[in-house]
Amino acid sequence: MSQQQKAPDQPGPAVPVPADLADERLIQDAGLGGALRAFGQRIRGGELGSLPVVIGLVVISIVFYVQEPIFLSSRTLVGITLFAAPVGIIALGVVLVLLLGEIDLSVGSVSGLCAAVLAWVIVYQGQSLVLGLLAGAVTGAAIGVLYGLLYTKVGVPSFVITLAGLLGFLGLQLWVLGKNGTVNLPPSSGLIEFARRSFVDGVAAYVLVVVAVAAYAAAELFSMRRRRAAGLSAPAPVVLGVKVALMLAGGLFLAYYLGIDRGFGYLPLFFVALVVLFDIVLRRTTWGRHVFAVGGNEEAARRSGINVDFIYISVFTLTGLLSAVGGILAAAQLTSVSQASGGTDTNLTAIAAAVIGGTSLFGGRGSAWAALLGIIVLQSIQAGLNVVGVDSSVRYMVTGAVLLLAVSIDSVSRRARSSSGRG
Amino acid sequence: MTSTLTEGAGTPVRESVLSLTGVSKRFGAVQALTDVSLEVAAGEVVALVGDNGAGKSTLVKIIAGVYQPDAGTIEIAGRRASIHSPEDAQALGISTVFQDLALCDNLDVVGNLFLGREVTRKGLLDEVTMEKESWRLLRSLSAKIPSVRIPIAALSGGQRQTVAIARSLVGSPKIVMLDEPTAALGVAQTAEVLNLVERLRDQGLGVILISHNMADVQAVADRIVVLRLGRNGAEFRIEDATTETLVAAITGADDNVVTQRAERFRPQPEEGSP
Repeated sequence: MSQQQKAPDQPGPAVPVPADLADERLIQDAGLGGALRAFGQRIRGGELGSLPVVIGLVVISIVFYVQEPIFLSSRTLVGITLFAAPVGIIALGVVLVLLLGEIDLSVGSVSGLCAAVLAWVIVYQGQSLVLGLLAGAVTGAAIGVLYGLLYTKVGVPSFVITLAGLLGFLGLQLWVLGKNGTVNLPPSSGLIEFARRSFVDGVAAYVLVVVAVAAYAAAELFSMRRRRAAGLSAPAPVVLGVKVALMLAGGLFLAYYLGIDRGFGYLPLFFVALVVLFDIVLRRTTWGRHVFAVGGNEEAARRSGINVDFIYISVFTLTGLLSAVGGILAAAQLTSVSQASGGTDTNLTAIAAAVIGGTSLFGGRGSAWAALLGIIVLQSIQAGLNVVGVDSSVRYMVTGAVLLLAVSIDSVSRRARSSSGRG
Repeated sequence: MTSTLTEGAGTPVRESVLSLTGVSKRFGAVQALTDVSLEVAAGEVVALVGDNGAGKSTLVKIIAGVYQPDAGTIEIAGRRASIHSPEDAQALGISTVFQDLALCDNLDVVGNLFLGREVTRKGLLDEVTMEKESWRLLRSLSAKIPSVRIPIAALSGGQRQTVAIARSLVGSPKIVMLDEPTAALGVAQTAEVLNLVERLRDQGLGVILISHNMADVQAVADRIVVLRLGRNGAEFRIEDATTETLVAAITGADDNVVTQRAERFRPQPEEGSP
């Protein structure tokens, strides 16, 4: 009895203190309450993460729901996930270049060009879909390599290179499409099947959610075990339990609610899978660590023996490739490639999505999830304005205002970060 | 008190980790280094001092592999070595802490310590091993860093310097060069960094300390090598060095007017007039 009362005051020799918590200046945040306190501390310190975006989504939902309840119907939400995916994939590429503190203004043109190349190969040349996909993807990647070489070897600023690309590849797209200007993709093509008509619903959707959450929980448990074994602190199991329970509940509800209409489309699932893949690559691989290092302090990265040129070229290449994938899927969704494919709208939406999602324009700060969050915000606004029946002139103005708001929040939180010593 | 380059008979015989002889370097019309020699033993702190333009930086960059010498030999642990690049220098066990520290503000302490030398496990970063090793390194330096999971931007100047020094130890080097490690630090942080330098010595590393601050140099160095106008000016054992003699050796001012005049009017080959 008396021992139990003493325990909280004296961590003492009986309980070995984890190596990373030994410093007495560290504020100990143990358990669930501790996790919540630490979260509050981070917010006050300007480490907002995805909080503004989540609040933004809630506000958007309420505003449009009050105007027109159909906005939160299953059908509208499935539509949002479907139309968000192609541009979201392009935004993922934009996140990568932004992490280096560079910009790619030509993602829209490149996506349009690659879609046009695909159409040219499978419709005009009568080749197989696989060859068409390959041609489109290689075009995007090759453009990225060209950008990377121009940037690293010639030293042209990325803003100028990609502005030239924006114009040049738009011209190339018009040339590839030829006189007709619009090419319809074969309606029975597997690509269109994938982008428009393939859904996971019913039991399969629930199973998918459970499997995904279980995989996350297993990975977290495994890492907790390793940290404990190495004598380092690990988050309390109850924190993980609450997280997993919330994820599971949210995922299952989403599966049920979207299932009322058509369920999870293959296309949005593919987009989410890409986001998860790039999140792991950025946070957990040497290449990803080097991308952040080059974005943070290029000279320090170079002196550490990192091949800085390779990092630039590989990132531009991946951005080109992701633009190609996004462009091809957007074309599949619309069943045709036209002169307007990948027009200004795509370009600006993709870049705005990456920034709204919380990727810093100055490099070294951001995550793959920014692309997902950002595009959902923009697509929700677009869908909401469509539902309410507002002119597209208003949509542009609202999107511009949201972009400005997002960057303002980023700037204000940067100031809070520097005053609370989080850089 | 000024001496030639013979190793003092009084010093205990220690294993030489770095030995430069007759190193010269020329940039165009400027002879930056002429016949410079430098000896560093294991477990010894050698301070490299000199006025601006004395050739300290050039010498450091030659050892770090940034420049190639025009003449002279470099021996590492008794073996002839040629250092063609910073990577060569690292592979030979020479690590350098640059004056601007070269840290990435957006990465955490672990990320910075292992930058370019990440430990991986099945293709993914092995954060657990790296974090454990980070704590071991920081402990070995008795460093006061509250957490290794906060970004570098959140650390004070002295803590950053500590991280930079700890980082130089990641590849188990034999020689650590510190370029002006106390230049931007306050009194307490300076003392901490000097403690670190002593711990490096106690771990048996050869330390080359470049500094303008005579007090720091006298506090931690075992030997002081003075460069003057690209030549070996003088060399002191720490017991023999007083601030006055050091300053005299650095500025070239001896204690009589004649030598000063002689110094002033000595023809200087590198400033050739047409």
